[in-house]
Amino acid sequence: MKRRRLLWSGVFVVVALAATVAGLRVRQNLIEPPMPGGPATMRLISADQYANTMHTLFGEDIDVRVNFPSLQRKQGLVSLSASTAAMTSGALEQFDRGARAIAAQVLDEAHRPTLVPCTPRAASDQECASKFFARVGRFLYRRPLTAAELQTYVAMADKAAQSTGDFYAGLSFSLAGMLTSPEFLYITEIAEPDPDRPGRYRLDAFSKASRLSLFLWNALPDDLLLTAAETGRLHDRDELERQIERMLASPQLELGVRAFFSDLLRIDDFKVLSKDPVIYPAFTYAVSQSVHEQTLRMITRQLLLERGDYRQLFTAHQTLINRVLGPLYQVPVPAEANDQWIAHELKPDESAGVLTTLGFLASHSHPGRSSPTRRGMAIREIFLCQKVPDPPPSVDFAKFESLSGHKTARDRLAAHSVDPVCGGCHKLTDPAGLALENFDGAGLFRTEENKTAIDARGAFDGKAFTGAAGLGKVVSEHPALASCLPTRLYAYGAGRETAKPDREWLAWITRRFVADDYRLPDLLRQIAASDGFYAVSPPRAEVLTAAKAEDRT
Amino acid sequence: MSRRIDRRTVLRGVLQGAAITVGIPMLECFLDSSGTALADGAPLPIRFGTWFWGLGLNKTYSTPATFGSGYEVVGELEPLAPVKSHINLFNNYLATTDGRPNFVHHTGAVILRCGEAPVDRLQVADSESLDVTIADAIGGASRFQSLDAAATGNRNHSYSFRNANAVNPPEISPLELYQRVFGAEFQDPNSPVFHPNPTLMLRQSVLSAVREDSARLQKSVSNADKARLDEYFTSLRSMEQRLALQLQKPPPAPACRVPKSPGEVANGMDWELVGKRHNLMTDILVAALACNQTRVFNMVYSWSAAETVKTGVPSTHHILTHEESRNDHGYQETHAWFVHHAMEAWAYFVTALASVREGDRTLLDNTLVFAHSEQDTAQFHSIDRIPMMTAGRAGGRIRSGIHLDGKDKVVTQVGLTLLQAMGANVRQWGSGSMRTSEVVSDVLV
Repeated sequence: MKRRRLLWSGVFVVVALAATVAGLRVRQNLIEPPMPGGPATMRLISADQYANTMHTLFGEDIDVRVNFPSLQRKQGLVSLSASTAAMTSGALEQFDRGARAIAAQVLDEAHRPTLVPCTPRAASDQECASKFFARVGRFLYRRPLTAAELQTYVAMADKAAQSTGDFYAGLSFSLAGMLTSPEFLYITEIAEPDPDRPGRYRLDAFSKASRLSLFLWNALPDDLLLTAAETGRLHDRDELERQIERMLASPQLELGVRAFFSDLLRIDDFKVLSKDPVIYPAFTYAVSQSVHEQTLRMITRQLLLERGDYRQLFTAHQTLINRVLGPLYQVPVPAEANDQWIAHELKPDESAGVLTTLGFLASHSHPGRSSPTRRGMAIREIFLCQKVPDPPPSVDFAKFESLSGHKTARDRLAAHSVDPVCGGCHKLTDPAGLALENFDGAGLFRTEENKTAIDARGAFDGKAFTGAAGLGKVVSEHPALASCLPTRLYAYGAGRETAKPDREWLAWITRRFVADDYRLPDLLRQIAASDGFYAVSPPRAEVLTAAKAEDRT
Repeated sequence: MSRRIDRRTVLRGVLQGAAITVGIPMLECFLDSSGTALADGAPLPIRFGTWFWGLGLNKTYSTPATFGSGYEVVGELEPLAPVKSHINLFNNYLATTDGRPNFVHHTGAVILRCGEAPVDRLQVADSESLDVTIADAIGGASRFQSLDAAATGNRNHSYSFRNANAVNPPEISPLELYQRVFGAEFQDPNSPVFHPNPTLMLRQSVLSAVREDSARLQKSVSNADKARLDEYFTSLRSMEQRLALQLQKPPPAPACRVPKSPGEVANGMDWELVGKRHNLMTDILVAALACNQTRVFNMVYSWSAAETVKTGVPSTHHILTHEESRNDHGYQETHAWFVHHAMEAWAYFVTALASVREGDRTLLDNTLVFAHSEQDTAQFHSIDRIPMMTAGRAGGRIRSGIHLDGKDKVVTQVGLTLLQAMGANVRQWGSGSMRTSEVVSDVLV
């Protein structure tokens, strides 16, 4: 009896020990590893960030028209190129034109009473001009202006005011200059020695505020965030976390999340979709202007409003429709719902969340027919961070010339994959895309193509299934799904491409994401509150020397 | 202190009575008797531009039977018949990638513009496009360094760049292009009265203050970012210089006629919409050249893997080049149909330039346009013999109306010829095995 009790207590001890060790391991798994970080970035402001800033600072009715230069997509994101974008004469001229048009509006008779904080005593009123530029400059440059800078802008405004005899015209010239300055157009981060970690560097408080604000809100820092940077409190962990909670709770978060997913899902392509009007008469211009909203609203509703599991983005059977999209689903949407979006239940076996939104299906198609290849490629590249190689240059397409005789996409592609040069990549893309063949090139549900029943069997990395729902389930369970989103989000926020030295940290943030049940707000919080998010490599030697020289002066 | 200052006082004060009054008329009397120079001896400006169309030609169908002058246009080139005396066709010039991959629908265009193959699909090239080199040489004396337009309606469609990270953004709407050139800030060179616009001087001083004020940024950034800032400041200085230029009385531009404002064109890639955008933007560009607003331009009719569509055809032009069966004559008919329309647009462009008279010459005579595509045969993505043409005579420096046989020489000879004809100080051009100091002497006068 005694022996038995002893035995049991022994078992207990062993189990308890094992549990503790396992628990420790889990906790250790969740401790943030070091992140080497990249150099401090100098990012060209994006078109959306520019517009957001103008609307926040000067009002929603300001018409913002700037022709931004095109940027290349890197690691799936256009925004990463902001850190390398340079300015041709042509591009700067466009910024200058846009700046002058905005400045003229800000200081027109309708806006000046609210936007200029004082009434000028005369055309020349440096004190009043100073109040205006101190306030505006702090937001545009994301830090208080130096006395010299403020003096420059006030003096320029004064000179122009005296020339034109108009105080507001003076402000307008100077404001246009501020909006054309590289201090505004390039969001420039500054690295400083980290007092807590000798030999290491950190972002200075203002750079930290900008990085955080661009990440969560796709906007420049607001007053509270700038104040936290000015007082230096942003370096304090509690304050940083308070700011993050405030930002996560703000309606601005939706703008930030929309910006990220717009970039990731290549939403700009949705907006310029044009479909063959004979083949897809239902896909009108109005439809093309609504499909990006359907996808983005689904994402923000599921991930933010409902705090849903990211994996369910690929398995949800509900979509959102407005009055324009209603007819495509054979659903009448009442007239009063003109700008409203209502939930619409889809048949479970005919839906796969975001993968069966009209925009995703139609943009990864041809103008007059579907494309299993493009759809399969999009799933791999966008949601799983996999790279599908470029098509080889030397393919003899003459072999496929007779494909027009085939009834279905499956038949056409089967002929393609016979060629070993093509087959390698088409095997990666087509089997997944074929499962979406129940959706035509405009994204509408169908059961046959050219009067031939559609076979929507698909396969993905060794798993076979049927139809959209089967594909959605396989994608939602794919091992690469969990790591892809945090990896892209980190790159997006830090403004640089991820590389090998980041792997350990990215593996950690992925574990956190999984441990938090794939919730986007938690992932955003984890990244924004991590040390790794603000990690920077030491600046180059000559910068340090220059900085020291400046300190002395 | 609160002295009231009206517009008149401003003009008098700011410009210290510098307003210049010029009598009418200032048209033909400003040219010398031959029309090649202004009466004061200054030569008429020579302009340069590019014109791009995607997906090449069906060569078996569209290659003229003879080389040299007096060639007959056939196949897809038939729309060029009325203007062929202005056009040179360049055939049988070879492009090589020097071991770099052939990024389909991309590499060929970059080689023709830069003289080297790109290193990856993301990078346009390490070097600048030749229109930028030429704009540096001749573009300084006009209001715009260059004007860029894309008839596709897509802002990403530009082959004009300083490097991969600095691309010139094209105008995509005829109306926006019009407003930029002929909007409120346009100063008619033929206006009888010239009042320097006092706001230009203010803008100039604002920009120079911005430049001085932000120069310290350069101290706090990495070397790579410093180079980007350098580029910014170069562009800023160029803008200041252009403003200074506009404060002076512009030289007369006898051929300048301010066009009417175009309407909006609907979005979309339908060939008719693309054609409409192209023609409207062409009219504005041509007027901008005649009015001396720019000396350099770039027009993109269709993008490299062109997504132009035609009602009833399920695939884009690009997809068709891979899928369409060849007919009994060995070419793809619908593909040819799209190219034929591209050539109609090109003929429209050339005609528009030729219809503006500058003395006893035309604007086209004083212009050199480089038109080219990105593939030889789009179906196979070959870049060996990409179709290229020039139009115009560059003020007499280029002969026209010739079908040239490159005899498998490097394609960079064509680029170098253009650069030298336009007065860019370039003796050798291209990189690796395509580096050349040879020009196409048959066309260079």
